[in-house]
Amino acid sequence: MSGADLELRGVTLDYGVRRAVDGVSLHVGSGEMVALLGPNGAGKSSLMRCITGLATRRAGTVLIDGVPLEEYDRAVLARRVAVVPGQTHVAFPMRVEELVALGRVPHEHPWLGPRARDRAWIEAAIERVGIADLRGRDVRELSLGERQLVVLAMAVAQGPQLLLLDEPTVHLDLRHQVAVMELLRDLSTRDGVTVLAVLHDVSLASHFFPRLLLLDRGRLLADGTPGAVLTPARIRTAYGVDPALVAVARPV
Amino acid sequence: MNAGVAVSHPALARPAWLDRLRHRPIALAIVGLGLLAAVLVAGVAIGSVAVAPADTLAILAHRLLGWPVEATWPASAETIVVELRLPRVLMAMGVGVGLSLAGVTLQGLLRNPLADPYVLGTASGAALGAAVALLVPIQFALLGFGLVHILAFGGALAAVTAVYRVSRLGALNSLTSVLLTGYAIGSLLAAGLAITMYLSGTNLRQIFFYLLGSFSLASWPQVAVGLPLIALGSAVILTRARSLNGLLLGEEMAAHFGLDVRRERMVLLGAASLVTAAAVAMSGLIGFVGLVVPHLVRLVTGPNARALLPLSAIYGAAFLGLADLLARLPGELPVGVVTGVIGAPFFLYVLRRYRGGYEL
Repeated sequence: MSGADLELRGVTLDYGVRRAVDGVSLHVGSGEMVALLGPNGAGKSSLMRCITGLATRRAGTVLIDGVPLEEYDRAVLARRVAVVPGQTHVAFPMRVEELVALGRVPHEHPWLGPRARDRAWIEAAIERVGIADLRGRDVRELSLGERQLVVLAMAVAQGPQLLLLDEPTVHLDLRHQVAVMELLRDLSTRDGVTVLAVLHDVSLASHFFPRLLLLDRGRLLADGTPGAVLTPARIRTAYGVDPALVAVARPV
Repeated sequence: MNAGVAVSHPALARPAWLDRLRHRPIALAIVGLGLLAAVLVAGVAIGSVAVAPADTLAILAHRLLGWPVEATWPASAETIVVELRLPRVLMAMGVGVGLSLAGVTLQGLLRNPLADPYVLGTASGAALGAAVALLVPIQFALLGFGLVHILAFGGALAAVTAVYRVSRLGALNSLTSVLLTGYAIGSLLAAGLAITMYLSGTNLRQIFFYLLGSFSLASWPQVAVGLPLIALGSAVILTRARSLNGLLLGEEMAAHFGLDVRRERMVLLGAASLVTAAAVAMSGLIGFVGLVVPHLVRLVTGPNARALLPLSAIYGAAFLGLADLLARLPGELPVGVVTGVIGAPFFLYVLRRYRGGYEL
């Protein structure tokens, strides 16, 4: 798989009278790995909902591979774009492999169901995310960290060119945070998947993501490398705290 | 290890044979069809006048399949089998298919394990319609259908339409509001039913009989009109397995999977409502089938609708055919009583034994 190109032009979203996203323009190239940061209420999730088409924009355009979102057939779009929500509610008893298999819903034949190719994708995703030992377990017995890995495997089975994640590491312990980050980096560098993730944890984002976007009150405050974006002045503006920046050796 | 987690989520106590069946939906379907055939023969053979099993099979082969069997049975046996018992058994099975599929659909659509075919007001709408029909001093019958059937069918569809409209299904994430609206409108209709029953005087027994459900009045004309309605809705539901799978993680994820959520919701709700309205109009309110059968099948096959839908249809038909047979053995009990008496304890046993562990 290769990555999709994502471009936003003046994207604006209103919730009633409140402006949640205010004229955001940005470009994420094929295979890039970008984190979207910002304080609570900055509009990170709202911006993501504009990109996934769940929210109706007030103004602006979202282009995927140069084509406006509205011009896509929704089934075609679902084969290119996978979305990982912050939390997944499972209403019925379901096994890990059954949940991962849902990633093939956009690809499978509506009546005949999954075929050999779909099953190969499911197996590959389970192997890749490293959850083979969980496959027969009920999803609701798992820890939150394990559950998030399972949802990621579902997104991998979807075979996306663009992977959108809304706070994929919230509630996770350090080990699972790192596992998720390494998987995202692997997808971006090895398969060229374009990754855009909303993250809460500034340190985690600056450690693993080569490019950060900082959102504040619906506007894009900064866009660039962690060093360029996370200046003490900007952190004070966005988060209202005085940061103590500690340089950490960057992984290769 | 966190002891609290270990206590609240004990390992599923599933026997190994149940695990093997999970990956054998075709074998389960073949067993179910065999069971269905056995219930059909037993349902036609057993009754106040017993017909020998060999004669029953010969009559069925002769009349249903057109086999050239020499008629060695008494003519009265053929009348009992073909005119009285066969339509009744077929109707019970058809209603079993419909209620089970509607149950799977509404549980999946509302993502609520407590949902059943009646959850969106169809039951109370049909009950009120039937009660009003029994009060109105107009008697007519068309193709075996009286005012009771027509008003019950109309009442069920009117109730679910009202719920659908009032809850403003336009927006996503409105499923809680659908459930609550269904409950509110159901309560309102139940109050109407209570008043109607209070005013009904000598008709009270008839209304009560309808509310508990029965196939005792089944006839070929009813089968000819009712079963195609159920078959139509069931066919639509059976082709929607992919949508029900896509909806397993909620409507937003279904949209991310490329489904037209609004359209699928309309189609699934419409088909489930049609099937339920036809079922209640023909046989009254038969509880538990639409709740229990989907859960029992899901316990074996898992939530995949591609297996869950056809197997629920097969086992739902066999279950209600058998329940109707048991209902007429001691005389004529309401079949809804039998489904409750068999269904509830069995369901509780299974939930305890296998720890369905539903998240609500």
